[in-house]
Amino acid sequence: MNETLSIRANIMKVINIDKEKWASGVESLTSTYRLFGPVKEDDSHNFKELKKGELPDLAYGNSKLSPKSAVFPPSEAMFTYSLDEKNENHHILNDVKKDYSPRAVLGIRPCDAKAVSLVRMNFDTKEYRDPYWMDAFEATTFVGLACDNPCSTCFCTSTGCGPFSEEGLDVLLVENGNAYIAKALTAKGEKLMDAAGFKTAGDDSAIAAKKAAAEAKITASIETDKLSEKVIMDLYDAPIWDDISFSCINCCTCTYACPTCWCFDIQDENKGLSGVRMRNWDSCMTPLFTMHGSGHNPRSQKKQRVRQRFMHKLKYFLDKYQKGIMCVGCGRCVQQCPVNIDIRTVSKKMNDYVAAS
Amino acid sequence: MENPYKAYPVRIDSIDVATQDKSLRTFKFVFLNEGDEEKFAYESGQFAELSIPGKGEIPIGIASSPTEKGFVKFTVFRTGLVTNHLHNMKVGDIMGVRGPLGNSYPLKDLEGKNIVIIGAGFAFTTLRSTIVYLLDPKNRSRFGNIDVIYGARNPGMILYKDELTVWEKRDDINMHITVDSTDDPSWTYHTGFVPTITETQAPKADENTYAIMCGPPMMLKFTKPVLDKLGYSHDKIIMSLENRMKCGIGICGRCNIGKELICKDGPVFTLEQLKHMPEEDT
Amino acid sequence: MDAYITKIKEISERLLKDGTVEAVIGFRQGTVPTMSEPCMIKRSDDVKDLVWDSNCRINLCNYLTNRKEKLAIVAKGCDSRNIVTHIIENKIKRDQLFIIGVPCKGMNDKNTGELQDNCGTCTHRNPVIYDELVGDLVEEQTDVDKYADVKKVEALSSDEKWNFFNDLYSSCTRCHACRNACPLCYCPTCFVDESKPQWVGKADDAVDIRTYHFLRAYHCAGRCTDCGSCEAACPQNIKVRQMTKKLEKDCSELYGWEAGLTLDERPPLDTFKVDDREDFIK
Repeated sequence: MNETLSIRANIMKVINIDKEKWASGVESLTSTYRLFGPVKEDDSHNFKELKKGELPDLAYGNSKLSPKSAVFPPSEAMFTYSLDEKNENHHILNDVKKDYSPRAVLGIRPCDAKAVSLVRMNFDTKEYRDPYWMDAFEATTFVGLACDNPCSTCFCTSTGCGPFSEEGLDVLLVENGNAYIAKALTAKGEKLMDAAGFKTAGDDSAIAAKKAAAEAKITASIETDKLSEKVIMDLYDAPIWDDISFSCINCCTCTYACPTCWCFDIQDENKGLSGVRMRNWDSCMTPLFTMHGSGHNPRSQKKQRVRQRFMHKLKYFLDKYQKGIMCVGCGRCVQQCPVNIDIRTVSKKMNDYVAAS
Repeated sequence: MENPYKAYPVRIDSIDVATQDKSLRTFKFVFLNEGDEEKFAYESGQFAELSIPGKGEIPIGIASSPTEKGFVKFTVFRTGLVTNHLHNMKVGDIMGVRGPLGNSYPLKDLEGKNIVIIGAGFAFTTLRSTIVYLLDPKNRSRFGNIDVIYGARNPGMILYKDELTVWEKRDDINMHITVDSTDDPSWTYHTGFVPTITETQAPKADENTYAIMCGPPMMLKFTKPVLDKLGYSHDKIIMSLENRMKCGIGICGRCNIGKELICKDGPVFTLEQLKHMPEEDT
Repeated sequence: MDAYITKIKEISERLLKDGTVEAVIGFRQGTVPTMSEPCMIKRSDDVKDLVWDSNCRINLCNYLTNRKEKLAIVAKGCDSRNIVTHIIENKIKRDQLFIIGVPCKGMNDKNTGELQDNCGTCTHRNPVIYDELVGDLVEEQTDVDKYADVKKVEALSSDEKWNFFNDLYSSCTRCHACRNACPLCYCPTCFVDESKPQWVGKADDAVDIRTYHFLRAYHCAGRCTDCGSCEAACPQNIKVRQMTKKLEKDCSELYGWEAGLTLDERPPLDTFKVDDREDFIK
């Protein structure tokens, strides 16, 4: 954390944004950026592309589905192809024209921003770079909104994150009466502030107290301190999974709402003599996820799938990348699971488990 | 970096029915664009995604050897949506091949060593690639003894019969071909399951002998104890796994066993590594 | 309801201790307000974890499908009707079950804390099948218009109906929580998961979404008890019962049928009578 701060200290600028100037600043951004932000829908919020003149609704707790859809949409085209043998390019995959013009996500919470940097490790490896995710990511400037009032189900502070965390953000906005204190953390962030016309120098001295107050409000937590020393095979064979998985209905809600879930399916959909190869969100909760062509399914039982999810989030990812668990404590799965399976309860069972020797 | 989801366009150059019951066909693909074959430089043990726009993709082990130039060969079992379509395609049809993917059999580490290759059924494809590579005049002298134990259900299901016959006549490779059962009087080779034949024909283990094993779960389950009996240590038993795959490049997240992704960290693992990986449903 | 949980615990402990059942399916305390978690209690010591309150809205019959053991299950009116349907459809045997019947005055909506929609018009609050009741039977509601909301939609013009259903499903993410929470949806491979041929796409295409909901409703026709689990499970708060209620109304009007009231009759779409109404078949 200190390292990150010292690197950023060179680029960091503190700007004061008078709330009266916010709307016109956002309006100025529209000439350079496509804007995404929280939009109120019925009784909840979701991240959507903002229409002309639409402001992000920053008076919100957190969105129902995570903002991961700004760089990783539920469905996107990868290639097009023609099946018409008269077409000289038939059965050859063609690139799809994409819009990777600059975009900005306004009002993302720090937990979701950290989630994006965790997910990036999957899509950008030494050997392969996923062009769809990475091009969208590189085109995006993340403007975060610090949480003064974390929800009762937020447990970000025990996942290596926090309500004022800066990881993954280009700008952090902090509410300060009738202004925002904006910390431009990266070159991208500074560029956005300029484009919006937010130039008034600001003072970040008020932030420390607000941060402490917000962190003190977080009462929920997840126990993970002993997970790294556990042996994968011990946890895998532990007798805890029958009970944990009993109520699960494999509905995929947790995976769809989770900001750190990134599994996807690739499907070809045809219409007449042409078609699209697309990728769609997929979920390890579905029985088809691991179904072999032969009909053999290594995870045919619900218990195996539930175990896979929690082992991945809390152990495999931890061991593989050594950057903590694959969870940022946003609490969405806890709030939305129809049968109230709670990752904190599961983590405690895994954390406490000692294999019989 | 190039888009790793994009397949190289290929043309089907030949299709051979590989087994009597027509459930397997061997496809020879030729790259349409110059330079793609070089980009596709592969090693034995790797696989590729055969990509049929409009249908989907399937991960198939590469049956040809890097020593065979001008084409790339795959033997495919007909079982699902894409393979059924592939089996009905014709010579001259266009499709895609994406890869090479996965890790390979660690043949560099096996130089100077003896190798026992044990395969069954249609898992033999990447083993064919390995054998052709090893027997190539440029390579053979760098390796020790080579034993091959290969079995199928019956003579009609044996793959690459013509090549096996040629190899059998060579004196720099020991072939032990078997079928589970047969009433074909002209069958001159062994009869018996692969684990049984392994027990009697495989060389005893020593510091310099490695086994490469590839086959259906049943065969692996019963051959492992035989290799134990013969004294093979688990870091000298090399296996190739499979799982449902989509991206083949370690990104879509579905093919994992524990923290290993079969398409990227595998499909080749030693038995020693596998012991530390959670075994899903067998 | 405090008296209920005392009785549920007493019955469960007794059944587990004397071996009548191997496990009790009930609810345990949730970790967030308005929620409880279905659980399976196997040891009499764990009976203390059981709870019963107005958050026990999920239909526990969903967890009975194809189980082989002897089980006790806590069942409200709607749950018990689904158990009847399960028995008729051979998903569980009557003699496997000890049904702990709970007369119910309604569950709370998990978002608003108010009475759940379906409970407001429920006419079968008392279990129709049980082995032991946890309290006195409650008065059934008689003066309710079960289909008030369906009639509103029926009265719309064609265009208005189109818009209504478009809006209704516009936020559906195809998570299938509705299907998975429903005790009736137990097909080994759901029609949306078939691949040979693939009937329905997997993306969030509006036509695919509507097809999924329409067909699912039809598959539940004549079997749905309006337990509300589908709506309770939906993470997007979609009123999925709009479709199923219409079909429930149709079965009631066309065949005089209410699902799950008796073990002695099969649902109308399961049987054929010579005088079955046909005029709606166009």
